[in-house]
Amino acid sequence: MPKLSLVSDAPALDPASPLAVRGLTVSYGDKPALFSLDACFPAGAMSAIVGPNGAGKSTLLKAALGLIPRVSGEISVFGQAVDQARDLIAYVPQRASVDWDFPTTAIDVVLMGLYGKLGLWQRISGAQKTLALSCLDRVGMADFADRQIGQLSGGQQQRIFLARALAQDADLYLLDEPFAGVDAATEAAIIDVLKSLKAEGRSVIAVHHDLGTVPDYFDHVFLVNLRRIAEGPVDEVFTPAILSETYGGRLAATQIDRLVGLGA
Amino acid sequence: MASFFDALFLQAGYNAALVALGAALLGFAAGSGGSFLFLRKRALVSDAVAHATLPGVGLAFIAMVSFGGDGRSLIGLLLGSAATAWAGLLAVEWMVRRTRLSEDAAIGAVLSVFFGIGVVLLTVIQGMDRGRQAGLEDFLLGSTAGMLFQDAVLIACGGALVVAAIWLLRRPMTLVAFDPAFAAARGVNVRRVDLAMMGLVMAVTVIGLKLVGLILIVAMLIIPPVTARFWSERAETVVWVAGVLGAVSGWVGAALSASAPAMPTGPIIVLVAAALFAASLLFAPARGVAATILARRGFQARVHRRQGLLALSRAEPIHDPLTKRILTREGLMRPDGVATEEGRAAAAKVARDEHRWSIARRMHQDTALTGRYDGLTPIEQVFTPDEIAMFDLQIPRARGV
Repeated sequence: MPKLSLVSDAPALDPASPLAVRGLTVSYGDKPALFSLDACFPAGAMSAIVGPNGAGKSTLLKAALGLIPRVSGEISVFGQAVDQARDLIAYVPQRASVDWDFPTTAIDVVLMGLYGKLGLWQRISGAQKTLALSCLDRVGMADFADRQIGQLSGGQQQRIFLARALAQDADLYLLDEPFAGVDAATEAAIIDVLKSLKAEGRSVIAVHHDLGTVPDYFDHVFLVNLRRIAEGPVDEVFTPAILSETYGGRLAATQIDRLVGLGA
Repeated sequence: MASFFDALFLQAGYNAALVALGAALLGFAAGSGGSFLFLRKRALVSDAVAHATLPGVGLAFIAMVSFGGDGRSLIGLLLGSAATAWAGLLAVEWMVRRTRLSEDAAIGAVLSVFFGIGVVLLTVIQGMDRGRQAGLEDFLLGSTAGMLFQDAVLIACGGALVVAAIWLLRRPMTLVAFDPAFAAARGVNVRRVDLAMMGLVMAVTVIGLKLVGLILIVAMLIIPPVTARFWSERAETVVWVAGVLGAVSGWVGAALSASAPAMPTGPIIVLVAAALFAASLLFAPARGVAATILARRGFQARVHRRQGLLALSRAEPIHDPLTKRILTREGLMRPDGVATEEGRAAAAKVARDEHRWSIARRMHQDTALTGRYDGLTPIEQVFTPDEIAMFDLQIPRARGV
């Protein structure tokens, strides 16, 4: 059973971890969304952040990236402060967060992944266009390069966002519900790309809502519900006892048995 | 008419030429600068900024007079207007960030309060017995009478600086306008980019005060980007097309107002911009009203044709008058509802297409392909001939034959 304490007793942040968090508290107004949370994600693995709705899954990613202010806590990315490690991180926000009628094409979105390297003065070179196209190709969207993004299906939009993250050539990929509202083919395409990233030694952390696919897709799982419930390799931590603790009464016992049975 | 063309080609005298050049440069800066505000969906902030310039004009006048001047230095007045415009901008931003007020409420509050202060100050100034206060109210609607060479130079230099800054900041501003969460994760300081965006708009407003006035400058910031959006699906193109549209509006508007006596320049420029907007709204390809109506008509016709042919292939009666009209017009059906030879052939093809699609959906899990099934797209456009041959093997009747 994980011990719950208000003061973090976790050891110092592991510099090898792509994302380590200690004593993180985030609140919206005066209602905490995460409370004194510790986490240490392993390098070169695929990790899932799992928990019920409103448990603070997306909040954890956003706070780690400094997108929302935190009340307390330390965060390290490969042993550095987040602001020093921006170039090592690629972030795929939730799909719903942009205006789909924005005048931009698929390839323009992918090129945005290269803005960090371009600086202010430099023009976009042919080599960078080729690179962006190859990223689109990796997610199976090369034929759609010149489409305005609103004309794409939800799954295709998600693939474009993943291609933009690929263009960043990062060491840590943070994805917020990458499979929400996408079709089965896109889910398979995305998971292939994520597995190839892992094979290249990169670290992947995804907020994930579909418990059924956790054992198939991920090596490491972080269960959260306001506090950290448990963290570790899927086959050790993804157990009926811990799942029912994470979800409270929201998951029937039969459901849990079936989910964990899938992984066994 | 002749005087209009004289003005258009800078032949209508020194003052008219200065005004036309100044208006074109201002139009370019306003159109391209306003684009980012439009893309960020904060176009109305520019209205608050514009109205917040008025107290600055009054304060600058009072300050200059109290130091012994006549209070009419354009640079001085513009610096004053920039100061209060910036204060108004920060007030909107602060209210949105620190309180639960929404942005439209904050804009409304700042706009009216600052404008009210400005009107009070101007009234006070009218009662002063020092300085040359006549003409200060021209900053409301702009005035080109008595435009000086140095005024034109001021607009030109200011406009060029704004355009250079837009070019330099185009990528961070596009990124923040499109996807602020991603921009912040990349380490872009979203708040600072937003302030820079607003600062550019403020600069355009201030240098446009003399020519267009604070009430109408908003139109030059908003109308050209909205017009440009009809013509392009790429942010960078929208920005520069908006600049060109703004420049054309400025130039043509200035020429029009110079070609007749007592025509106000600022309002005419806005009307020219509005005419370009109306033309684009109606006639732009893809996004225009006419194109949308035509596309919907064409789509409707294709749907009815397809449904009619499917009904023919199943030998069902057709009741819909539009379907009947389309089929008889194309010679696929006789007026009495019986399919012609061509009609039967077309119906058979449509029925086979539907059958192939249903098999395609079973065989191909890739929705990038099967997702293109919309009931209208011919299967030949999506699958290769050998793939279609594979589907035909699955059609029982085809196999049986």
